[in-house]
Amino acid sequence: MKALGHDPLDIVITGVGGQGNVLASQVLGRALLTAGYEVTVGETYGLSQRGGPVMSQVRLSSGPVLGPLMPEHRATAIVSLEPLEALRVLGTYGHPDVIVITNDRPLRPLAVLAGEQAYPGDQELKSTLASLCARLWALPATEAALELGNHILANVVLLGALCALELMPIGANEVEEALASMFPEKLMGPNRAALARGAELLKEG
Amino acid sequence: MPDVSALTPGAKVLLQGNEAIARGALEGGVSLAAAYPGNPSSEILQTLAESAEGAGIYAEWSTNEKVALESAAAASFAGLRAMASMKQNGVNVALDFICNLTISGSQGGIVLVTCDDPSGVSSTNEQDARFVARTAVLPLLEPATPAECLAMMRLAFDLSEQIGNLVVLRSLSRLSHTRAGVVPGPLPPAGPKPYWDPKQAWFTIPVVPRHQAMLDKLAKAGEILGAAGLNRYDGPEEPELLVIASGSARLYADEARRMLGAGERVGILHLAWTWPLDKELVLKHLAATDKVLIAEELDPFVDTAVKSLYAANAAELGIKHFFGQDSGHTPCIGELSPGKLATALAGILGLPWQEVDPDYAQRLETALTLAAPREVGFCPGCPHRASYWSMKQVLAADGREGIVSGDIGCYTLGVLSTGFKRVNAVHCMGSGLGVASGLGKLRDRGFDQPVISVVGDSTFFHAALPGLVNARWNNSDYVLVVLDNSATAMTGFQPHPGTGQTAMGQPGTPVDVEQVCRGLGLPHAVVDPYDLAATQEALYDALQQGGGVRVLIFRRLCALVQGKQGGHPHSISVDPEICRGEDCGCNRYCTRVFRCPGLVFDEDSGRARVDEVVCVGCGVCAQVCPAGAIKLSPKEAAA
Repeated sequence: MKALGHDPLDIVITGVGGQGNVLASQVLGRALLTAGYEVTVGETYGLSQRGGPVMSQVRLSSGPVLGPLMPEHRATAIVSLEPLEALRVLGTYGHPDVIVITNDRPLRPLAVLAGEQAYPGDQELKSTLASLCARLWALPATEAALELGNHILANVVLLGALCALELMPIGANEVEEALASMFPEKLMGPNRAALARGAELLKEG
Repeated sequence: MPDVSALTPGAKVLLQGNEAIARGALEGGVSLAAAYPGNPSSEILQTLAESAEGAGIYAEWSTNEKVALESAAAASFAGLRAMASMKQNGVNVALDFICNLTISGSQGGIVLVTCDDPSGVSSTNEQDARFVARTAVLPLLEPATPAECLAMMRLAFDLSEQIGNLVVLRSLSRLSHTRAGVVPGPLPPAGPKPYWDPKQAWFTIPVVPRHQAMLDKLAKAGEILGAAGLNRYDGPEEPELLVIASGSARLYADEARRMLGAGERVGILHLAWTWPLDKELVLKHLAATDKVLIAEELDPFVDTAVKSLYAANAAELGIKHFFGQDSGHTPCIGELSPGKLATALAGILGLPWQEVDPDYAQRLETALTLAAPREVGFCPGCPHRASYWSMKQVLAADGREGIVSGDIGCYTLGVLSTGFKRVNAVHCMGSGLGVASGLGKLRDRGFDQPVISVVGDSTFFHAALPGLVNARWNNSDYVLVVLDNSATAMTGFQPHPGTGQTAMGQPGTPVDVEQVCRGLGLPHAVVDPYDLAATQEALYDALQQGGGVRVLIFRRLCALVQGKQGGHPHSISVDPEICRGEDCGCNRYCTRVFRCPGLVFDEDSGRARVDEVVCVGCGVCAQVCPAGAIKLSPKEAAA
């Protein structure tokens, strides 16, 4: 079992209801538990499947069992399935040393679709995110998922990217095993490809 | 949900709090589990239903929480172990029975699980249901982790049998929806054959001596729980500050103390059971400190009990300083967090503590102005959007300033923009019909606005029937619209009486809304809310009729269920030649007013277009576009 570089290691996974955020946190939690870590996965959902923001927290420690909520402004890494949600989560959990991996594809809130609110421009949003973290990866996860046949794979692409980070104590293999314990083999091909593509994107980015 | 009866004893697995409660119930020998769905509690019964066959138990979705607990009590009277699980609101529904069951007492171990929802993540309120322990004189367990959920459920059944009364276990949305490592234990052999000795009766009179017995049972529970050693202290012998914590606050207090490096100065008294108060242990630790912070979520439940205990012993204990909600160090609204408790500890101890660098906080504040709020709303294709659209149009055409009385379910979102803010009141399950019934009787006093009451199909059976009977009996004047999407959609598509399937996947006897209307002699009709013209005509006519309750059933399958069943046969597109965008005078009617997330206004071309990833092809918007630019075409067969 690899020693934790950050202890506790606190990862936020966020996005919009329906993007597979809760599933991603469960997969990661299962992989970390199997690898022998004390892990706590806190999920926030309820009304969220109706298009609201969703957030899960995956917390790891070598010592005591951690609570379901991490301390404010102490996240180690933020993984976001939607770029504006990355910003929203930085508002509560961000600090200058946090690492952010985000999907670059916007999902516009209703008020934006209705023309009542503005969604920031691509560059403005990226530079704002970059100014609020130690390192930003804005990755074309949805695009990569569509190339693999289904936009819903964006969550697995981002898990692949996350697990390619040095600070993670497990890699894509452990995540793949966790996925394989939850899905039938026929779905594993695209999932494996999505994990690999995520790691590539992180290295390219 | 997983089949938790199949877990291997001794092998650590990642379980959600609710799944751990379900496994704990199986390990505790539950034979009957009943519930009504309500987040954050729904997964408990879902898991038990999934595990029922493997474990050889009976699991039921009941019509409401009171019936669920009554069914559980029946099993207890017949010597079996049983449970009912519910969200905080459900405790109110079951309360009348609870307050009588506690006098009659019980036989087989019986446990009530309440899942409270601080911050109202998925609720219409953030009520603290722990009051039930005090009101009904019942022991109360408050686990903090999934592992404790499992262990305390097991213990709760034993405790209930030992004292002959109901035991309450309180979870929180954070705990119910947290996953952590849990080591399952062995499952017990099957329970006994149920038998109710006809010479035995369960009732509440004479009340006064039985009230005494109820108090004695609680005292006995305190002795048993005290001997079990669940409450524990962690810290220096004479801490400068004693934190008395329960539930998730125990973990937050522990983390706050660690972040502040205050282990030498702060002690934490972990209360895993909070009613009756563990007086002996609390007094012991009060004596060893001068400052006390009480950390718990929502009401000052432990707080008032501790202060009352202190007041009775103040002469011996001397002066103590209490911190918590009264002093403003912890909130009495919303959730706690490690940061909130770190701020409280630092403030009391005079420690330096900065949650976030001030310069960074300043930059965050500026950046967050870019983050447009993400409002929850009806899903693409949701029949409720179409239903509220029709209500909005008809009430506008009617012109008498009609009122819509709302109820609990996905359609509660009618108060927000995707329901066109057309709902004028929402409170609790079934209350919409009661409110409409009262409004409809104000005609003699000159109230001349038309009244629509909306209720979902699951809520209709849960608590709406008495209100409907009342309106029928008293000739109240309103139109009842049953939004029948054939699902308990908000909580995860559990079956209900109308669907005719049981929790364990067996065919039940469907009870349909028309049958009920026929039985009550109410005029009723069924319309498809996707057909806007027909729906609006039926609703307009019903509003004009007046006199007595008229029922319209808006029947159309939940869009998410439809999606799982293969979706709609159309694909939708906008003809850019016909769509004039902002030029046609419609002022972006489809995106600005109709507000389906499947429609996007393309600023570059100045035309509406369909987002194929979001649109499910319901086709309602094609009836809304004033220019007829939105087209339906048969969906291309999948390659």
